[in-house]
Amino acid sequence: MTLTFEDFPPGHFGTFGPRRVTREEILAFAGEFDPQPMHLDDEAASRTMLKGLSASGWHLCSLMMRMLCDGYIGRTASLGSPGVNEVRWLAPLRPGDDIILDVEVTEARVSRSRAETGIVTFRSVVRNAAGQALCEMVSPIIVARRAGAAAEQAG
Amino acid sequence: MRFFEDIEIGQQRELGSFTFTADTIKKFAAQFDPQRFHLDEEEGRKSLFGGLAASGWHVGSVCMKLLVADGQRAAQEALARGEKIAIWGPSPGFRELRWIKPVLAGDTISFASEVELKRASEKRPEWGILQPRNTGTNQRGELAFSLLATAFMPRRGAGG
Repeated sequence: MTLTFEDFPPGHFGTFGPRRVTREEILAFAGEFDPQPMHLDDEAASRTMLKGLSASGWHLCSLMMRMLCDGYIGRTASLGSPGVNEVRWLAPLRPGDDIILDVEVTEARVSRSRAETGIVTFRSVVRNAAGQALCEMVSPIIVARRAGAAAEQAG
Repeated sequence: MRFFEDIEIGQQRELGSFTFTADTIKKFAAQFDPQRFHLDEEEGRKSLFGGLAASGWHVGSVCMKLLVADGQRAAQEALARGEKIAIWGPSPGFRELRWIKPVLAGDTISFASEVELKRASEKRPEWGILQPRNTGTNQRGELAFSLLATAFMPRRGAGG
């Protein structure tokens, strides 16, 4: 069944994963989008602030997006997202890490400009197997309301 | 690449442009963002985007790609002048990412970066913190993408 706006009340929504992240995919993403030594080369990375090879932050965000898609967005009446309020990269994602995503709905409101849709804001935190938070993201998506919801309200 | 001291508020750099083809849009989406409007032309046309649209994470990742390439060009120029090159630190994150206009198959986005704020790092004296606004503008001159980035930049005085 497709999830609509009504299925996202504020509160804890779900936990998704684990997802193993391999060295090969870290190197492949960095090679294409973020070819800095700290994401590509063990020796150079060991001399950086992150003290060892780590994934591009954009790779981690993209992996979060995929986990969100597989977790629920793929079966949600999502119309897309206007943006991201904030992303905080808190700790490095290392080769071989198993990541878990925790998702909370922080706000759900009906759109003022399109009454048949709502805006749901999520706070998503990705952690490694040790429970260390690696990234926190606060972002809204636009979700269709249940058929007839706008009319009921108007009536 | 440049050092913290070389950077002034308001300084702007053109980072270059990138054309999002249907193939690159679908390839990224299949891997990271398999929503129907990022994978199929017809589904894209029926969506709010009005066409096959790139994942917003694809647009952000391409901006990063051009930022790194620009930094590497600047480093080559510094090396050619016999200067020391700066190696960027990691980023603690970003704010205010806006996907303002959809990036559709065939669109060419020109990226730029303008420094909005710089300050010393209190905890790490060898680093400065820089906040540039990175933007992407399409071939019609419409602002399509914007974010306020944060990055650690090395200070010129700090060894290494």
